[in-house]
Amino acid sequence: MADEGNKIDLNRRKFLLTATSVTGAIGVSAAGIPFVSSMLPSEKAKAAGAAVEVDIAGIKPGEIKTSEWRGQPVWILNRSDAMIKKLDNNKELADPDLNVVSQQPKYCKNKTRSIKSNLLVVVGICTHLGCAPAPKLLPKGDMGSEWEGGFFCPCHGSKFDLAGRVFKGSPAPTNLVVPPHKYIDDHTVLIGEDPEGVA
Amino acid sequence: MVKESNSTSNSLLGWIDERFPLSSFIKNHLTGYYAPKNFNFWYFFGALALFVFVMQILTGIFLTMHYKPSAAEAFASVEYIMRDVSFGWLIRYMHSTGSSLFFVVIYLHMFRGLMYGSYRRPRELLWLFGVFIFLLLMAEAFFGYLLPWGQMSYWGAQVIVNLFTSVPFIGPDLAEWVRGDYLVSDATLNRFFAFHVIALPLALAGLIFGHLIALHEVGSNNPDGIDIKDMKDKKTGIPMDGIPFHPYYTVKDLVGLSVFLIVFASIIFFAPEMGGYFLEANNFVPANPLVTPDHIAPVWYFTPFYSILRAVPPLFNSQFPGVAAMGLSVLIFFFVPWLDKSKVRSIRYKGALYKKWLSTFVISFIVLGYLGTVPSNVWGQFYNAIPIIGGKDVATIIARIFTVTYFLFFILMPIYSKKDITKSVPKRVRM
Repeated sequence: MADEGNKIDLNRRKFLLTATSVTGAIGVSAAGIPFVSSMLPSEKAKAAGAAVEVDIAGIKPGEIKTSEWRGQPVWILNRSDAMIKKLDNNKELADPDLNVVSQQPKYCKNKTRSIKSNLLVVVGICTHLGCAPAPKLLPKGDMGSEWEGGFFCPCHGSKFDLAGRVFKGSPAPTNLVVPPHKYIDDHTVLIGEDPEGVA
Repeated sequence: MVKESNSTSNSLLGWIDERFPLSSFIKNHLTGYYAPKNFNFWYFFGALALFVFVMQILTGIFLTMHYKPSAAEAFASVEYIMRDVSFGWLIRYMHSTGSSLFFVVIYLHMFRGLMYGSYRRPRELLWLFGVFIFLLLMAEAFFGYLLPWGQMSYWGAQVIVNLFTSVPFIGPDLAEWVRGDYLVSDATLNRFFAFHVIALPLALAGLIFGHLIALHEVGSNNPDGIDIKDMKDKKTGIPMDGIPFHPYYTVKDLVGLSVFLIVFASIIFFAPEMGGYFLEANNFVPANPLVTPDHIAPVWYFTPFYSILRAVPPLFNSQFPGVAAMGLSVLIFFFVPWLDKSKVRSIRYKGALYKKWLSTFVISFIVLGYLGTVPSNVWGQFYNAIPIIGGKDVATIIARIFTVTYFLFFILMPIYSKKDITKSVPKRVRM
């Protein structure tokens, strides 16, 4: 057999080898799809992570309600007029113009970071390392004389104002996350879904 | 002191070869491993078994990501895999179909060994490795069958574990130790999970490695049962009837694999339960320790041995003889290399006597396998409608006859293999 070596059509062999390898590689990758996608959130996890309705009728001005969406605390803060006014006074913010796009939906990229100016809907997870900050809504108190009201993370001392904006000098790099949400009616908010007409 | 490289080769392969015997490994086991050139259809099944093993490990890993080994959650977690996990149904059906096809492939692989005398000297140890793999595979399948925690899982485990109670003296204590409880329970499920997922796969991987090392040490047998190492090219020292495993047999095995995958995919997509033979209907009911299903039968690959268990009558008020016969029907494979006294290896040169006995064995195996699937409540009357052999307990009588012929194939082998008139074996293989 070796004596016929000069009769081997190397081009043909190369073509067959390449064709077989490519076909095989495509087959193996296709077979990999079910395995990779089995590790994505299952239908059960998706159902558990679906949008949640929260009744906001009982939240009086100056009060906060903690709800849960995808296992995370979501705060709904009904800001009083005084609280909203104070937002203008906060000067030492890390990202006052909300340039980090991922931290809020487009429709909340405004001064109050909300759809309705009084109602702040924000994920209560510190953007530093994921602790749950504590609401320190009233000025001063145990936060010192400079404090105008906001949120304070006990883990590493990050401070946020009443719009969830992070103060300069905090270990947290970005503002608190405003989740997608919409108002179904005056006293019900749906957390986890954008309003109609917004991508 | 660290010396500068004085390697003449700057390639990556050269770099690796200085530190790891990659090229020599490929040469010794693939491109320079000479296998007989006359392999036929029957030589697909070893490679296929290896493929199925790898696939069972792979699909098993992904099932473990979602399965919960606890009596309270196991059944629901399997349903969760089937309904909620993306492609979970496919991965589970691959695993369940894979286990049945594993046995199909292994039985054909073993039959090939019996036909061509692949257990004869110098391949005794290779055969022993194989029988150990078969034994562990049965244990692996049994442990895995409990995990879905359905009715068949539960009562199958109950029956098999209770076999241990028939062992004289220590039986009841032994069964309790295996279960870790007074009944098959959460503790049993948890330990079976450990055996199924880590202990046995690890042991199987080691045995398969040993099986392959032993194979490459002694070289493959072939349908003629001729030692190709006896006829070597004087100049090169290469067996004249040998061809390199790669590319010749890798390409051949790829064709076999393609055909296998067509069959495999057809079952997964069109008949994953295989009419109750691969996945039994009662296993879609959660385990209930208070109610036994009407019809308890093992999965098809255990039925020949199960029939032997049912066929042997109790002796001295003990069911141990049946259990012992069933155990022996598997363990007897270990002795085959020393039972065969024939002058030749392959069935091609053996006489009519051996062929008759091998056929008897195959028929016994198939009939016992079929009888094992027959429900116990009609076990005695099943043939009533059929003339001549119809009548009470005929199935039992048939099972007993074939149990005897099953064992006689092995027990009489030293006699008939010696008496058998063999043909003369040629020096070179036939194509």
